[in-house]
Amino acid sequence: MDSSEESHAGASAQAVRHAPWPGPADSPAGATESRVALRVNGFSHTTEVDHRTTLLDLLRERLALTGSKKGCDHGQCGACTVLVDGRRVNSCLLLAVAQDGAEVVTVEGLADLAGEDGDLHPLQRAFLDRDAFQCGYCTPGQLCSAVGMLEEARAGAPSAVTDPQQGLGSAVRLTGEEIRERLSGNLCRCGAYPHIVEAVRDVIA
Amino acid sequence: MKPVSYVRARSVEEATAAHAGRGEARYLGGGTNLVDLMKLGVERPEVLVDITRLPLDQVEEQPDGALRLGATVRNSDLAAHPLLRDRYPVVSQAVLSGASGQLRNVATTGGNLLQRTRCAYFQDVSKPCNKRVPGSGCAALDGVNHDHAVLGHSPHCVATHPSDLAVALAAVDAVVELAGPGGGRAVPVTDFLRLPEDVPERDTVISHGELITAVVLPPLPPGSVSRYRKARERASYAFALASVAAVLRLEDGVVSHLGLAFGGLAHRPWRARRAEAALLGARPTPEAVARALDAELAEAVPLRDNAYKVSLARDLAAQVLGSLTATA
Amino acid sequence: MASQAHNAVGSPIERREGGAKVSGGALYATEYTPPGCVYAWLVTATVPKGRVASLDTAAALKVPGVLAVLTPDSAPRLADTDDATLAVLQNSEVPHHGWPVALAVAETLEAARAAAGSVGVAYETEPHESVLTEDPPGAYTPDEVNGGHPTERRRGDPEGRFAAAPVKIDARYRVPPLYNHPMEPHGATASWRDGRLTVYDTSQGADPVRAVLAQVFELPEERVTVVCEHVGGGFGSKGTPRPHVVLAAMASLHVRRPVKLALTRRQLTELVGHRAPTDHRLRLGAEPDGTLTSLIHEVTTHTSRIKEFVEQAAVPGRVMYAGANSLTAHRVAALDVPTPSWMRAPGEAPGMYALESAVDELACALAMDPIELRTRNEPDEEPDSGRPFSSRHLVECLREGAKRFGWAERDHRAGVRRSGAWLTGTGVAAATYPVLVSPSRATVTAHPDGLHVVRINATDIGTGARTVLAQIAAEALGVGAEAVRTEIGTTGLPKAPLAGGSSGTASWGWAVHEACRSLARRLHERSGPLPPEGLTASADTRGTADAESPYARHAFGAHFAEVGVDTDTGEVRVRRLLGVYAAGRILNPRTAGSQFIGGMVMGLGMALTEGGRVDPASGAFLGSDLAGYHVPAHADVPEVEAHWIDEEDAHLNPMGSKGIGEIGIVGTAAAIGNAVHHATGIRFRELPLTPDQVHAAGRGLV
Repeated sequence: MDSSEESHAGASAQAVRHAPWPGPADSPAGATESRVALRVNGFSHTTEVDHRTTLLDLLRERLALTGSKKGCDHGQCGACTVLVDGRRVNSCLLLAVAQDGAEVVTVEGLADLAGEDGDLHPLQRAFLDRDAFQCGYCTPGQLCSAVGMLEEARAGAPSAVTDPQQGLGSAVRLTGEEIRERLSGNLCRCGAYPHIVEAVRDVIA
Repeated sequence: MKPVSYVRARSVEEATAAHAGRGEARYLGGGTNLVDLMKLGVERPEVLVDITRLPLDQVEEQPDGALRLGATVRNSDLAAHPLLRDRYPVVSQAVLSGASGQLRNVATTGGNLLQRTRCAYFQDVSKPCNKRVPGSGCAALDGVNHDHAVLGHSPHCVATHPSDLAVALAAVDAVVELAGPGGGRAVPVTDFLRLPEDVPERDTVISHGELITAVVLPPLPPGSVSRYRKARERASYAFALASVAAVLRLEDGVVSHLGLAFGGLAHRPWRARRAEAALLGARPTPEAVARALDAELAEAVPLRDNAYKVSLARDLAAQVLGSLTATA
Repeated sequence: MASQAHNAVGSPIERREGGAKVSGGALYATEYTPPGCVYAWLVTATVPKGRVASLDTAAALKVPGVLAVLTPDSAPRLADTDDATLAVLQNSEVPHHGWPVALAVAETLEAARAAAGSVGVAYETEPHESVLTEDPPGAYTPDEVNGGHPTERRRGDPEGRFAAAPVKIDARYRVPPLYNHPMEPHGATASWRDGRLTVYDTSQGADPVRAVLAQVFELPEERVTVVCEHVGGGFGSKGTPRPHVVLAAMASLHVRRPVKLALTRRQLTELVGHRAPTDHRLRLGAEPDGTLTSLIHEVTTHTSRIKEFVEQAAVPGRVMYAGANSLTAHRVAALDVPTPSWMRAPGEAPGMYALESAVDELACALAMDPIELRTRNEPDEEPDSGRPFSSRHLVECLREGAKRFGWAERDHRAGVRRSGAWLTGTGVAAATYPVLVSPSRATVTAHPDGLHVVRINATDIGTGARTVLAQIAAEALGVGAEAVRTEIGTTGLPKAPLAGGSSGTASWGWAVHEACRSLARRLHERSGPLPPEGLTASADTRGTADAESPYARHAFGAHFAEVGVDTDTGEVRVRRLLGVYAAGRILNPRTAGSQFIGGMVMGLGMALTEGGRVDPASGAFLGSDLAGYHVPAHADVPEVEAHWIDEEDAHLNPMGSKGIGEIGIVGTAAAIGNAVHHATGIRFRELPLTPDQVHAAGRGLV
């Protein structure tokens, strides 16, 4: 059912904006399934999906990538956060069919994303150093969210607590308050928040 | 969730045609609310018309100085846009105070306006709700209504509109542009979103098949200042208990322009016309502001659990107007 | 090697499963997909009381991909257990909103969900009562309360001494229903093969799950395997088997395929337990010098119609303060509500919120430093039992915390620190949690290659059990922790109690320690190479771990909070939280620190953001998902510090440890509430302290 082309391209793990018209044509009128092509952690997958299938369920139930977690299934907890075309998103609210042509990075692909030697992304290493989790169920989402967040801040995107005088377009300095606000879409019931913020600060420093 | 067909529209015309064409259709933008509601069984579309690849994803300056926000511009791109941050800080702040970074990366301008109420009875298909099933009753009226409306509600519905963005858009007199099978039209956002009256199933004046293509922000009066502030139950990632968007211009210490809107209080952003009229041409002293806000909120009719909203909204607005007065 | 061995316990060793968790490789209960696995989706009752009059499954059975819809007519029969919450799909009765009425099974998740949504259910309803009122009709005095505590304890003449007290506090406090909401929803993957049942479950203990599954399906335990390798939090809600695991096994039996079932976030709160609401009346009488002359704590709470669970919220009053006159009592009303259960520090968390708020009120009434008031009433022995404390360093915690927090500079006047719209204040509260321990078994094998393998069916719900047990083993064996591997998380390993009551590490560690000491002795006695299969020793702590202690054994702690209150909105923001604990020997400072901090963050939620709401019309826990029920987010949580004092206690277990998983929540809500009073001058007595009540009450302050 799934055809995974073994085209593992390191460079392709970088975010690229997908072209407007990738992939196959529309499904026939009235069809409730379509073929979609996705790159996930550098691997291409072409697969038939039920239009109701979310990206999260596709990852977890079809592609055996269970690192992305289902905490609420409604965009209320952030445990399902992945990077789609370089941006952090809640994969539980994205219909897979609408992601045709997308470049997806999950927690399983973060280390490759960093492109460095070693098995872990620096942020994963920092999470270990700071004991920034307990049960671990929110952790993949926290990690993907933080990776996306760092890129947003680097690009100068403001948050609700950014000083309006902050220069347009320049990178936002990530204070503790900024980090906390920007990561608030990732709930952690074990209460590891203080350590998560420390870990994020470690990779900024 | 029942099986659903899917059309990826390549043009606005194709989108509206597809919407009109087959079965019960919904436009799919970011989907952050639609997919949520499909899972809850509240939305049961037969056709999804994906509009995310339409060329509606730009923020453009118009010759008259207005800013045209494409319907599919993602919330985070909107909030970060230099022109918006520079000229309409209230709009940028409103967007950033809503949802989470992940949701804002996906949710769209048009979808934000069309999101449905977070009334817990509306979201639970086993409970009576006139908005979901006309004529079934309003469970919130005598139920748990801590989060519900204090202004403009009806015996048929006491829900509030959840959007932060819409409140700011109401304060800046934004106009919603629509395309439909019968052509296009433009509607002020304050008219686009409606009060429940006896048709609570209609959140907006949108007609079947119509698609939001853009929201246009008219130029604000030169020298005006603006701000958005919301009160909520946790410091982030929560809907407003009450919120305020305000645009203020002072000339010689006198109010020459005021756009004031409340969120969290009503079925749509509540444009405070009475308070605006009371303050226009006046010095915005704390006493004058208090009188104007009291006049505005005099018509509030709290429910069992939400009387707190009236004084909360009043104090929030007084604070916002006070801080704008200090900087104007 | 030797120095490492000496340092094994007490070292901040990195958690062993950490790498798997940060890279996405750690598998949770519904992440196993046996060949042929299908999906189940639950249909729950939408009325509070009555029975299912008819079930129409025709439309559901037409959904493409659907395999079956289990109903009380078609579902496998279950043998009785003493837990009525597990008797699912056995009859048409509806004891509360959210009760399972049908279970759809299909080839895909999408089809299962669609089928569940297509089941038509008609109900016959009966009059119901789901809201706990101040004086609920039918409230009764239970035989005992959770934890086996007596429902009432009385010493001296509490009412008389209260009436005669020169200074007194008589206050009511309310704590709403609270939801555990672990990040991993309850779910299980079940499969039957050759009369054997294998279940991947998310539970705080695989052995209790196995015992119950064996009982309900009438199997010998050897034919049931339960795996709980990684568990995404529990906080009490996964303490005993919950309905989802029984349902998954029933569905698998019915369709003869492996089945995955995950409850939805909204289904959770009505099926896996919640902290029952509690209504507290606190009366404290004191002499002008602060000496307590009377302590009366009376608690009213709810339980469901099908199972009695009584939150033991008056129990901490039996431990905390000296005084000869005391009454601590509970009443409970059985309402048409979901069954309450354990949530982090049941009893202590709500009980100490009330007691420690009242103590703060008394300090204000006496114009006395609240730390001094607590110190003055420090008991020499456990007030209720008269037993000596095995160790008690509450005063040391208060003093250490005061020093670190800067308490000495505090201006005790309330409502006077303003900066713009913000009022600030600080507060303190004490914490306590009992030392619990259960018998366990464990084995350890020394292998010829120098590796030592510890086997025990412990569960890691996020505490770092693998790591700390390796440390305990290493110390007992006299080796480095890296020479020890721990195997946990599945039945078949030596039987162990669940991770709950802050007793896991003590219970498991005791058995691991015993096994390792035994092995060390045998290794010492022998010479020559080990046999290829290694040398194994085992331990069973029945009779020792559960022996009655002549000591009163409790952990203690002190919580300090600084808050800002925005007078424009009534929003309360915590600026600093600090906890100091006396919890015996801290076995791993890194993971222990995380547990303490985590408890304090949950206490912050209890204080400021968390409150369940019951719909009076339907008995539903309305808006119970993570958008409607606000657990704290990053932005709510400032710098949080946890410290502890070195505490040696020879009357606990071989490691000298007390439990640490729950005490962090215990005093936090009261400390925050007391800080809000200090900030505003207004005493709020109903949690959570959300803008609705704080703003409304505080308007005069503007």
